[in-house]
Amino acid sequence: MGATMRTAEAIAAIPMHHGLMLAAILFALGVIGVLVRRNLIFILMSIEIMLNAAGLAFVVAGARWEQADGQAMFIFILAVAAAEVSVGLALLLLLHRRFQTLDADAVSKMRG
Amino acid sequence: MEFTFYLSGGIAIAATLMVVVGLSAVHALLYLIVSLLAVAIVFYVLDAPFAAALEVIIYAGAIMVLFVFVMMMLNLGKAAAAKERDWLNPGMWAGPALLAALLLAELLYILTQGGSTLTGAAVVDAKEVGIILFGPYLLGVELASLLLLAGLVGACHLGWHEGLRGNGRDHENR
Amino acid sequence: MLPLLWLIPTLPLAGFLVLALSGKYLGHRSIAVIGTSSVALSALIAILIGIDFIAVPPPGFVFRQEAWIWIAVAGFSPGIGFYLDALSLVMVLVVTIISFLIHLYSTEFMTGDDGYARFFAYMNLFVGSMCILVLADNLLFLYLGWEGVGLCSYLLIGFWYRDSGNGRAARKAFIVTRIGDTAMALGLFLLFTHLGTLDIQSLMQRVTQQWPEGSELAILAAALLLGGAVGKSAQFPLQVWLPDAMAGPTPVSALMHAATMVTAGVYLIARTHVLFSLAPPVQLAVAVIGALTLLLAGFSALAQKDIKRVLAYSTISQIGYMFLALGVGAWSAAIFHLMTHAFFKALLFLSAGVVIMSLHEEHDIFRMGGLRKKLPVAFWTFLIGSASLAALPLVTAGFYSKDLILWQAWSSAGGNPWLWAAGWGGAILTGLYIFRVVFLVFFGEARAATPPDTRRPGLRITIPLIVLAAFSIVGGWIETPPFLGNLTLFSSFVQHALPPAQVVHDGKNDETILELLAMAASLGSIALAYLLFLRYPAFLHGLMLIPALARIRKFWHFGWGFDRFYEFLFVRPYLWLAYADRNDVIDNIYKMAISFTLRWLQKVDRHDVIDYIYSGLAELCLFLYRALSATQSGQVRRYAAAIAAGSIGIIFIGIFA
Repeated sequence: MGATMRTAEAIAAIPMHHGLMLAAILFALGVIGVLVRRNLIFILMSIEIMLNAAGLAFVVAGARWEQADGQAMFIFILAVAAAEVSVGLALLLLLHRRFQTLDADAVSKMRG
Repeated sequence: MEFTFYLSGGIAIAATLMVVVGLSAVHALLYLIVSLLAVAIVFYVLDAPFAAALEVIIYAGAIMVLFVFVMMMLNLGKAAAAKERDWLNPGMWAGPALLAALLLAELLYILTQGGSTLTGAAVVDAKEVGIILFGPYLLGVELASLLLLAGLVGACHLGWHEGLRGNGRDHENR
Repeated sequence: MLPLLWLIPTLPLAGFLVLALSGKYLGHRSIAVIGTSSVALSALIAILIGIDFIAVPPPGFVFRQEAWIWIAVAGFSPGIGFYLDALSLVMVLVVTIISFLIHLYSTEFMTGDDGYARFFAYMNLFVGSMCILVLADNLLFLYLGWEGVGLCSYLLIGFWYRDSGNGRAARKAFIVTRIGDTAMALGLFLLFTHLGTLDIQSLMQRVTQQWPEGSELAILAAALLLGGAVGKSAQFPLQVWLPDAMAGPTPVSALMHAATMVTAGVYLIARTHVLFSLAPPVQLAVAVIGALTLLLAGFSALAQKDIKRVLAYSTISQIGYMFLALGVGAWSAAIFHLMTHAFFKALLFLSAGVVIMSLHEEHDIFRMGGLRKKLPVAFWTFLIGSASLAALPLVTAGFYSKDLILWQAWSSAGGNPWLWAAGWGGAILTGLYIFRVVFLVFFGEARAATPPDTRRPGLRITIPLIVLAAFSIVGGWIETPPFLGNLTLFSSFVQHALPPAQVVHDGKNDETILELLAMAASLGSIALAYLLFLRYPAFLHGLMLIPALARIRKFWHFGWGFDRFYEFLFVRPYLWLAYADRNDVIDNIYKMAISFTLRWLQKVDRHDVIDYIYSGLAELCLFLYRALSATQSGQVRRYAAAIAAGSIGIIFIGIFA
């Protein structure tokens, strides 16, 4: 029903760069997770964290411009994350079945 | 309202930190869900209720549940936690922490360069998002659906033996 | 008929091609027919053209026919063109008719020879080249014919190549004429460089316009052309090749080295007479060379044993007469003598051929004798030829032509008494040496080792002999001196191409006196020969016992020692040089220099520095490979770390660049 009017207090006016900083911090945490952890599940979770952070950045930007583009991008990111997670987890299961381990460093047969 | 934003942001950061340094997979998962919920609140504060709803329903409600199911199937026990402890010696943290810190520093530097603009006052609700999705972003929507189909087919194919036959016999049929 | 001019050289050349390519598949009969008919057709066309030319002369008494442009480069564009005027008409008639007669003779003379096809191929090539020579309208095309006849001379002198002596004779002929040809080529270069053309008529025009009389360039050019003429016509100092050229078959000697090829020099000088008129010293040199040569060769002919060598020296001597005539400006007299000489010299050679053949290849006149009754055809024809050569008064062609020369040598602007005296002395010698041969071969007692083969030669030999004999008698009756009818058919015809000789020293009864003297010389020499060689041969035998005289005779026999002289002057030093360089000194110097450098380079590069560059590249590649493959650990986290580091770097660049 269009943009509902709200009271002045209810309308938040958050500096954009704070929101983006939040996204950056979350992203950095996700990077640490990918690089440090050896367990594949944790790596996948860290990737999810990173994707989420990227989506947060989009939504913040969309809120700044008061346009729906940010949320539309967020939806696309969501779709990507969903597809990636499903395939990734299927692979993870296969890996567990084959190697009896979830160690990322164990599957290094493609070394040069 | 700003306070809610900062509080939720802090919760999100804390929860994410627990995910990254946690030893138990299930606990990490739950912390992640908490982080996602906190981010959903942030969305709501930023006048994006539809995004908040989606975050909760899809991200926390579907994707994380997927993770939970897989965790259940893997049936990792105490041995896994012990292994995690082995793998996570403090010496491992140095390099990644450095890299992440550098990345963060650069990003923060960029972010503080620009002037500070405030997010807008108008609420961008579902109707607007819907209109824009079926308007300019129609192609993106269709492509996203294709992507999901691909993901579906891939996951289905990869997991076929696990689900039905159990031990991966009859490889030749598939 | 005139437009058929181009067929005259082309038909014999076509005959040459056919015989050269398919000669060995054809029988003797076809070869003979092809070889002779090509020349016969040429002669026929020449005669018809001649009739046409005389009856209805073309404008200016000149007919030109251009076939195509041979070379066209930077202002030099000689063409393949034919130029017919009175001079070249006379030459081409002489060449083709006599060639035809000799070809006919050779079909019978050369039977049984296994090189039959080769012989006629070469002869046809020769006739074609000679016709090109006399019909050419520019000097380059003439030079083509010149070289062509030189080649055929070599090929035919060495026709019986299995005998190496014939090969040597052929090479000698070729090399000596080559000296003359080089001089001529230099002359052509000079003419072209200064006058810009080699077309004979325009050349003669430009010569008169641009070079004053007696200018150095004219003298040089004329001298160089004279060098070529001297070589080809076997005059002093290049006369040494002609006696040895008798190694070839007799028809070859008859055709080339008597009637036609050796007269090419005379033709050249007559053709370029304008240039020679502008260089009086050279023209004088022509006359002096002619006089010198005729005497030199006359004495040599007197001391020969081989019948063909007598005739060879006789040819040299008679061409000396032609040069004498050219030198004193008696152009038409020279050509007249050329014509009559062609008749009787060919006749002499052909009948000598009959004698040689019947005596089974005997050439030595002292082993012949008494053949008068046994070989009547040969006897009578040889006698007629000799009479013509000796200028027997009134009834022979030689009388008219030789005496015209003697008269011009006395009376014309370039003439002087010494030249006349030389000519007159030469006439005595001529009669002497030729009738020596007549008396020794046909009279007296038979001294042949084996009895001669007295079968009558066939028609193909007899007819040419008879025809030539007839020409030798009547050929002179177209140009008679004033007190004998004053017929000037020949000179007035040739005048359209050559200027008439100017009579300068004409005393009151000079001409009559000189004619009588000439007749006396002729008859007297014949009588002297009769006495010395037939009647009282013992006198000469006695004389030859005196050592000094015997030495003189030997000296004349060897051609005045020219062969020996040239051998010492040129051949020996050259051979010595070749022997001294037998280890190839000059080449060795180069080899040493190169090998020295190479060995130094080898020492410098003993560790193969250059190879190191290439192997170093390979080492570098290997190193990089090992380094880069170490980054492919197969561990996902390391890859992720690399991506993170890379993106940090890029953002860094993005911020600060």
